[in-house]
Amino acid sequence: MAAQSHGGNRFIWQQAVPVLFGIACLFAVVVLLEILIRFGFINRFIVPTPLDIVGSFGRIIVDEHVGSRFLLTFGEALGATALLTVFGISFGVLLHRVRLIRLATETWIAAVASAPLVLMYPLFLVIFGRSALTIIMMGFVSALPPVILKTLEGLSSTRPVLINVGRSFKLTPSQLYWKILFPAALPTIFVGVRLGMIFALINIVGVEFLINFGGLGQLVNELSERYDLPGTYAAICFVILVSVVFFIVTERIEKWLRPGA
Amino acid sequence: MGGTMPSNPSVGSDSAGAATQPLLVVDDIYKQFETAEGPVVAVDHVSFDVAPGEFLSVIGPSGCGKSTLFNIMGGLLDGYDGHIKVAGETLRGPHASVGMIFQEESTFPWRTVVDNVAFPLEIAGMAKAERLDRARHFVELVGLDGFERRYPSELSGGMRQRVSMARTLASEPKILLMDEPFAALDEQTRLLLGDKVLQIQQDLKQTTLLITHNLTEAVQLSDRILVMTYRPGRMKRMVEIKLPRPRSSEIVGSDAFGHYVAQIWNDLREEASKGLKDDEARRGGTRR
Repeated sequence: MAAQSHGGNRFIWQQAVPVLFGIACLFAVVVLLEILIRFGFINRFIVPTPLDIVGSFGRIIVDEHVGSRFLLTFGEALGATALLTVFGISFGVLLHRVRLIRLATETWIAAVASAPLVLMYPLFLVIFGRSALTIIMMGFVSALPPVILKTLEGLSSTRPVLINVGRSFKLTPSQLYWKILFPAALPTIFVGVRLGMIFALINIVGVEFLINFGGLGQLVNELSERYDLPGTYAAICFVILVSVVFFIVTERIEKWLRPGA
Repeated sequence: MGGTMPSNPSVGSDSAGAATQPLLVVDDIYKQFETAEGPVVAVDHVSFDVAPGEFLSVIGPSGCGKSTLFNIMGGLLDGYDGHIKVAGETLRGPHASVGMIFQEESTFPWRTVVDNVAFPLEIAGMAKAERLDRARHFVELVGLDGFERRYPSELSGGMRQRVSMARTLASEPKILLMDEPFAALDEQTRLLLGDKVLQIQQDLKQTTLLITHNLTEAVQLSDRILVMTYRPGRMKRMVEIKLPRPRSSEIVGSDAFGHYVAQIWNDLREEASKGLKDDEARRGGTRR
């Protein structure tokens, strides 16, 4: 019993150490930055001190309505992620199943992945108007290629022996997909979804900034126009918070869908 | 039994199952692969049959077509000449009566031990409570009780291979095909798992066909051993193992066991040498 409790403590300790180490590193970087700025190694008119940034949080939360802006950007990112998960995975499956389409389009999709699609925002403005839908569609389109490619990679790299196990149990093609190929590919698919999510968030905040509409991107734009640098960096911290929340949620979903990793 | 046996003069007589209908008939199987260097005959007119409850091993050097034969018997490979009958029925693709255990680790990493074992029952549409109950029985049969809720990543290689075995047994196949299931394991684990296989085979009276290149394993487990030639894979000899049953790994120390190993090695050595020379020639060719 004592040994079991000892083992449990060790497990908790092993889980906690990396988290604590990460926090400690972040804290060390912040302290270092504070020192470098205070002693004039970095110009404080370009980079505000971390303490100034922390001090501006209260102001931008109350005066700039960060809560509602956060929810708007979060909602847009959620919408784009939902779309790219549904359509990205479906396209990936289609490419895996139909060789002709795969051979015809895989290179193009890879090329689109590295194209700066954010520059197409005027076209999207014409199609969808100056609305949240434009921002969601920009995020969705620019984030689609990694999800498609990673879904295809995950399905294609399923170990042949697992497929043979399914065949030996006389699984139908649909059962083979849902019971073996898809669960086997899930870790790679989730890598694609996370990559897509990063692409989507960058584009969403970028377009908000460019068309001066919506959530945190617009706030960053406004604050930087006013040369409120501590406020600008504080708003950027909220953009990072959106990303962190998404990462945590996708990790939980992955563990729920694909236990045993 | 021997309808197909006289086609090969080097095949020894076999008494096992002589009075009963064979459960598996492998009749004049010929399989050729097209490769960049031209056609390669993997299996060349191989015929034998397996009686109910019999344990037959197919042994031969690497490249003799053992795994091709395994895939053909499991219905995973087509485009061959000859035919295979399972319980009188001609094989066309995977058959419910044939269970397969593969050489590579084949557990599903996202399923627990008991869910892995329950997999074929789930596919068959069995109710959850019933299939988990039955799966637990097979988990216990392979000696993994207490590990039901563990994931494969938490188990050793030998334990994972036992999960695969339990999963295949849970589908209650009439014939169990095993393709070098212990190849990736160390010698001690291999011998101990051999004991487990013997015990299960005896308990369930399971008709079993083992593909192997391990002499000790083949003699320890089998009623008969089919020795194959190096490429193209032909039948060289069928050896009947008249060691007493029930057996365990302790039998490997007996004189009779040593005699069988020496006898089969005698047949196998020439074939293994051919394989080695062929391999060296190919590697030499690549260097040039």
